[in-house]
Amino acid sequence: MRQVVKQSGQLVAIIGPGVLWIIFFLVLPSLYLMSIAFLSNDPYGLPQLPLSLQSFRELAGFGILGWSPGNLFTLGRSLWQATFSTVLVILISYPIAYYIATRPVHLRPLMLVLIVVPSWTNQVIRAVGWMNLFAPGTPLANFSAMLGFTTPQMGLFPSQFAVVVGMVYNFLPFMVLPLYAAFERLDRAQVEAARDLFATPTRAFFHAVLPQTLPGLLAGTVLVAVPAFGMFVVPELLGGGRSSMIGNLVARQFADGANWPLGAAGALLMILATLFGLYVLRRAARRLSSEREMLL
Amino acid sequence: MTALDGVDLEIKAGEFFTLLGPSGCGKTTLLRIIAGLEQPDSGSIAIGRRVLDGVPAHQRSVNTVFQSYALFPNRNVRDNIGFGLQMQRVKRQRIQQRVEAMAEITKVHDLLDRNPDQLSGGQKQRVALARALINEPDVLLLDEPLSALDAGLRGQLQVELQRLQRQLGMTFVFVTHDQQEAMVMSHRMAVLHEGRLQQVGSPQVIYEQPATLFVARFMGHQNVFEIQQRGAEEIVTEFGCLKGLFPAGSHVLLREEALSLTHSDVAGPNRLPARVEECLYRGGSTEYRLFCGNARLTVRSHNLGQTLFTAGQDVTIDVAPEAVAILPG
Repeated sequence: MRQVVKQSGQLVAIIGPGVLWIIFFLVLPSLYLMSIAFLSNDPYGLPQLPLSLQSFRELAGFGILGWSPGNLFTLGRSLWQATFSTVLVILISYPIAYYIATRPVHLRPLMLVLIVVPSWTNQVIRAVGWMNLFAPGTPLANFSAMLGFTTPQMGLFPSQFAVVVGMVYNFLPFMVLPLYAAFERLDRAQVEAARDLFATPTRAFFHAVLPQTLPGLLAGTVLVAVPAFGMFVVPELLGGGRSSMIGNLVARQFADGANWPLGAAGALLMILATLFGLYVLRRAARRLSSEREMLL
Repeated sequence: MTALDGVDLEIKAGEFFTLLGPSGCGKTTLLRIIAGLEQPDSGSIAIGRRVLDGVPAHQRSVNTVFQSYALFPNRNVRDNIGFGLQMQRVKRQRIQQRVEAMAEITKVHDLLDRNPDQLSGGQKQRVALARALINEPDVLLLDEPLSALDAGLRGQLQVELQRLQRQLGMTFVFVTHDQQEAMVMSHRMAVLHEGRLQQVGSPQVIYEQPATLFVARFMGHQNVFEIQQRGAEEIVTEFGCLKGLFPAGSHVLLREEALSLTHSDVAGPNRLPARVEECLYRGGSTEYRLFCGNARLTVRSHNLGQTLFTAGQDVTIDVAPEAVAILPG
């Protein structure tokens, strides 16, 4: 009996702090948020009784002036911009990670640091940096006007293009690092076995390289796609009204728009969408992965 | 650094050929060049009449059993074995049939639905072998396939590999650093040292008439001595003088198992007086370390019921003509 008491005491001591942390900083705020979402809003935008589904109706686009698709467009755009950015990040990171992993051992840490260093700077400052690069009259803007992509005297931002560039730049390290880890312990013998067994270089890549790097790729996808979906700073600064994302919609409701229940409903939707996305990725990982232990 | 230098080798069709040498001698590099996984700076490789220079690995009718097995962990045994056929776009149904048939031959039939991480070392070895053999290559390359296995399993797989090779009539090129294994398995073998071919021949020739000092030492011979003087019908070495007509060469080799020991101090041609220094009883045979002249000699005699000599005893070594080989190199 005493033994059991002692063991459970140890257990509480070990996992207690973590559980408390999660309860206070994740579970309670989420419950609070959820409860707000089911309240109605007072004239100043704060939640009040009675309970209602008004905020969800608003989120779906039903307002005082009838139905408008604006919010659904924002949601769709968030999904699209997050997906597109993630795919771009993968396409750019994959060769970078491979390149670094095949350099001499003493060069690799330096190259990894160069990849990571920009992320030590505040997101806002990095976005402002891109604003300066894309402003009207800069070489990049002039070049794009010369090619006919933009009209002269216009900058490259605000635009969806600028948002995607900003997001890709932002999330690159989160994809490069897990991919690098995967490439570093790549079993080359498997690639050679595939080549030896009549696989062309392309097929050897898909049958022997890709399966081995898949855990890293999926980990990176989670690290990039989830925050990309909820991105707030980049679309706020680099995108106009036509490229704002669900993160901006939520933020507006708690700040100037002042409709907390709507903001809470939006946040709830983001959480659900993210959970669904993670579920899909996890299933894909289970099916495709060559390794049992996964980051998911 | 040069891994291989001036290697000129012809392997016959249907032969079990072994590349033997210590680690770093270039044997694996040679195998990888044949497979097309590495490109030589100069020189040429041909199989039959087809010159393979510049032909990428996937277009060569050569398959490899890798030292690390290199099974694909994301595919089960069935799909591992069928991989080569899948890459050659053989019909799915046909692949299934051939995988079943090959699994029967290599005795992995019960393992087809397992994943590679559920296999023991010997089972992985068989699967790797099946995965290569199913493609019916012109040449099967085996890169130290048995080196990771324990002794018992190793002996068993040695026999099985030989059986398979006979049964399929395929050309096997086998790499090993174990001279016993090389002798047991091969029709012919080549000894490599520091990227150069030392000797090519049947196991018997390589063991009994090694061409160079390196081959003699590597094959496990202990009694190798420099020829100090040479007369018309005799040679003089550290251990004494041997009479007879000997071919030209730098060193003399006395095969330890072909020498015999006697009590009698009967003088005669090629009888060397010696003293037993150590006596190592090994069951089937006894190994004697002897002082003879200014040298130490090893004699291994079969235990056929005779009384053993003891340390300190004076004996006579009878050097039969067939025990002597002259190293030309």
